[in-house]
Amino acid sequence: MPTMSKLLQDVAAAVRANAEELTELDRAIGDGDHGANLRRGFDAVAELAPELDAQPPGQALQTAGMTLVMKVGGASGPLYGSLLMGIGKSLAGASTAGTPSPSEIADALQAGVDMVRQRGKADVGDKTMLDVLVPVCEAARGGLSQSLPVPRLLDGLCAAAGRGLESTRALQARKGRASYLAERSVGHLDPGARSSQLIVNAACASLRGEA
Amino acid sequence: MSDSAAERNVGVVIVSHSPLVARGAEDMVRQMVGESVPLAACGGNPDGGLGTDVAAISTAIDAAWSDRGVAVLVDLGGAEMNTEMAIEMLDQGRRGGVAICNAAIVEGAVMAATEASMGSALADVCAAAEDAI
Repeated sequence: MPTMSKLLQDVAAAVRANAEELTELDRAIGDGDHGANLRRGFDAVAELAPELDAQPPGQALQTAGMTLVMKVGGASGPLYGSLLMGIGKSLAGASTAGTPSPSEIADALQAGVDMVRQRGKADVGDKTMLDVLVPVCEAARGGLSQSLPVPRLLDGLCAAAGRGLESTRALQARKGRASYLAERSVGHLDPGARSSQLIVNAACASLRGEA
Repeated sequence: MSDSAAERNVGVVIVSHSPLVARGAEDMVRQMVGESVPLAACGGNPDGGLGTDVAAISTAIDAAWSDRGVAVLVDLGGAEMNTEMAIEMLDQGRRGGVAICNAAIVEGAVMAATEASMGSALADVCAAAEDAI
């Protein structure tokens, strides 16, 4: 298992590698800054590696989340920041023994996704990152409760993320800049859903030891 | 500058994605209401490009602070969400004293400041901004 700091660095590398694509998607139905904004945020997280190395997982996630809030410069800062801070806060409070239980992990993911829901005043079907994060969170709870082997669990999360992303293509945006386009947003993937899916994939690859 | 008038009046903060819009809106408000209202503006992401910066918003709220409250005018979604973050990071006692107006940024700022200069309460200042168009 990678450390939380290593996992965050792997996610940062994936964001950097795909920033151009995110910006292209955002140019179609947003304001074309999603890739640059997320890269600025995750570059700042990457610079914190020595500090994150020294922190327990929950604390490292909260530090990274606050860094995104302060550095991103767009709505994705508070949204991804809330996700990481929500997961991190829940993990930090979960287990004093060090290794959280499966249900504590599922609860932590849920806490993070709930924070995004509140912050964005959005839900599944609004053509946002929640169209990826909510099904991933449900797949995680299902897989963890069935004690699936870790590789199968991770495959399930990536599959749920992919389906969630693809579901945004047919949706009409109800939140953010894309909502100004109304029905013209239909037919485009949501850039925030794409960044969520690539972050889920990168985190799973890191957990598999592939990065 | 009439310090006592500024202290008596609700403050106004302008948060734009663009540093130039923030600066321009601030100039327009100053010309309309002079120094009688605490006023601050910020725009741009932490690198200075288009976007907003939570730390800069916090600084602006501090700069325009009034015990009567602070009305914040924002342009697009990210500005609103980053302003919400900045408000949540304030000391608990100050959080309730800041309101984000659901208004057009330039017209809203001018109307909010005009209302504030008359000594109106925060809710009336926001209502004036929201009625601006």
